[in-house]
Amino acid sequence: MKKIHSLVLLPVVAIVLSACSSAPSPADVNKATADMLKSSFQARGIAGLNRLNQDQANAECAVADATGKPLDEKMSKAIEEANMKTVKWPTDGKFLGDWKEGEKIAQSGRGLTWTDTATTENGGNCYNCHQISKEEISFGTLGPSLYNYGKLRGVTDPNSAGGKAIVEYTWGKLWNARAYNACSQMPRVGHMAILNQKQIQDVMALLLDPASPVNK
Amino acid sequence: MKFVASRVALAVVALSAAVGTAHAQGTAAEGIAKYREMLQDGNPAELFEMKGEELWKQKRGPKMASMEQCDLGKGPGVIKGAFVELPKYFADTGRVQDLETRLITCMETLQGFKGEDIAKTPFGRGEMANVTALTTYVATASKGMRFNLSQSHAQEKLMYEAGKQLFFTRGGTHDFSCASCHGSDDKRIRLQDLPNLTKNPGDGIGFAAWPAYRVSNAQMWGMQLRLNDCFRQMRWPEPKFGSDATIALSVYMGVNAKSAESIVPAIKR
Repeated sequence: MKKIHSLVLLPVVAIVLSACSSAPSPADVNKATADMLKSSFQARGIAGLNRLNQDQANAECAVADATGKPLDEKMSKAIEEANMKTVKWPTDGKFLGDWKEGEKIAQSGRGLTWTDTATTENGGNCYNCHQISKEEISFGTLGPSLYNYGKLRGVTDPNSAGGKAIVEYTWGKLWNARAYNACSQMPRVGHMAILNQKQIQDVMALLLDPASPVNK
Repeated sequence: MKFVASRVALAVVALSAAVGTAHAQGTAAEGIAKYREMLQDGNPAELFEMKGEELWKQKRGPKMASMEQCDLGKGPGVIKGAFVELPKYFADTGRVQDLETRLITCMETLQGFKGEDIAKTPFGRGEMANVTALTTYVATASKGMRFNLSQSHAQEKLMYEAGKQLFFTRGGTHDFSCASCHGSDDKRIRLQDLPNLTKNPGDGIGFAAWPAYRVSNAQMWGMQLRLNDCFRQMRWPEPKFGSDATIALSVYMGVNAKSAESIVPAIKR
């Protein structure tokens, strides 16, 4: 028997329930899940265990997703307001960079996995989920199509007063998508330091520059 | 063996032909569909299955014993139908186990290997490579059968519910959960179709398609490695081999896949 016990490879979470066959209580499930998040993972490379810390939005949205019950309006508002406060506007006042660089960033899915290093240049992973330019046919469908993003929103001159609202919204959305949608599935690109300010300016140009193939 | 090797060679020829086809004509999706179809003709998983069969019957380990008395849930030595009922609760270890962890239990109790050491061995190396081959052999014996996991034991139920909660838990730098990609119908990453694993995704899809041979890296992957690489791409820390989180997620997916047909061993891009 001793041998068999040593095979219990990892500290088994406290599943000290009797073998009765009733459904587990929500408290049992919550505890088992929390214990698994603590004991079933190990830091590897740059992917540390702190990546599993649950902030309020992640905790609330997971429950909403699992139960199929959307957050109530008050909670949504609170999460959106808290995330809006994290948005950092461009320190040089420039919202748009170079769309050609933006295209490269949108194509790249590199960075932040345990097989990457701290010096890996992160990509935006954008095409994994979105259609963007018409030329790239290998695009994902988890997010909406962004083809003609600026054109469809009437942004003919991103520097004009008329384009300001959309330009600022797009920046905020890229920086922290949850500022506008509490349980957005989109990564918080700026807030989580996935892309830096310069890279976000380039992706902004890909979406909003009238010269970008996205708006042709 | 010679026969299998020639089929593998054929598959490689078919592969390059199909890639050429995809470039030359038709849509990318058509090209990919054709490529997958051609791959089905010669699945190198057969090599792993044969290696697994040898390992099952061979006397090995400190105790010089075979695996033929291993109890995978249907009694000692019964392999047919075992895979489509796993993970399940085992009274002798007191925990819910998937096929891979259960095989390690047998390697420990019957053959005298140290399970803990095997679990720490990187995928594709040493005894871990043997676990993958054994998994392929045992799982293939249930090809064409339908998933039917037990939910009668309290721990099986707890694993399902905790697995469900984990499935929706967001984490990592990108706030991804399993559900980010596998929570709704008809979604893709790039051109790769994503099964909706919150329900039965259909015969031979998702949980019913692993272990699978991956053409892109010429490796045989069990569900443990499949999950490991999902978490890598999700930018989470690494799940420990055979950990409760991996078992709970497997129970969640396996129960959801009830009545889906296993096509294991599958072949993937």
